[in-house]
Amino acid sequence: MPRESPETVEIRASSDVVAVRQMTREYADLLGLSLVDQTKLVTAASEIARNTLDYGGGGTARLEVLENGSRRGVRLTFEDHGPGIPDIAQALKDGFSTANGLGLGLGGARRLVNELFIECPPQGGTRVTIVRWK
Amino acid sequence: MDRIPILKMGDVLLVTIQVDMHDRLALALQEDLTARISATGAHGVLIDISSLEIVDSFIGRMFANIAAMARVLDAQTVVVGMQPAVAITLVELGLSLPGVRTALNVERGMALLGSSQTSVAEGGDDAARES
Repeated sequence: MPRESPETVEIRASSDVVAVRQMTREYADLLGLSLVDQTKLVTAASEIARNTLDYGGGGTARLEVLENGSRRGVRLTFEDHGPGIPDIAQALKDGFSTANGLGLGLGGARRLVNELFIECPPQGGTRVTIVRWK
Repeated sequence: MDRIPILKMGDVLLVTIQVDMHDRLALALQEDLTARISATGAHGVLIDISSLEIVDSFIGRMFANIAAMARVLDAQTVVVGMQPAVAITLVELGLSLPGVRTALNVERGMALLGSSQTSVAEGGDDAARES
């Protein structure tokens, strides 16, 4: 079943985080990732989608299939217009969090995917991009 | 809003999570369970997650919270049936579910709850009572 790629999902409520998980699962399945790799990607997507909602005040997730020669992958881009992250290096360390919880969101999520980038443009907001190659 | 059903089997409250929980549903379960422990005087909580396809940091924290709240209310919690892919992902994420007892399946979980009650009754190693 080919999908129209990219697709964008709004993240406005905690039920939208579930929708992001389900769509990520469909992309991971389409790509033919193993069950473990699917689970890792979906879990990483869930962590970052929740950050977009809780810290970014909501935003969007864009899902797309990547092709690089014979290599295929899936890229997820999360964008919000929240306050941004003052110290990105610090935010990627395990155990760091400015709010409640274990503070494992970003550092943990990075271990579950092949690539994770965080950008905070000067005009505000946060963009987190994750990529998982097959 | 939907609720996750809680069944009572003797001295144990049994929860089977069969849906992909959003965060508010998870928080509601936490509240419902503590209320039911208090109302029924149950000594055990068994949470079957064999249908769960992911456990992220929020859901993991919910299990830890439930276990801690239940302990304060004199009940033991066991989480059972975690899928292998979920276990691998959890550990790589950096979560080890501190304070949460786990078992491979419902039978072993029930056995664990049964035996722990005996050992507590015999005055075992219940560190929570000392602090």
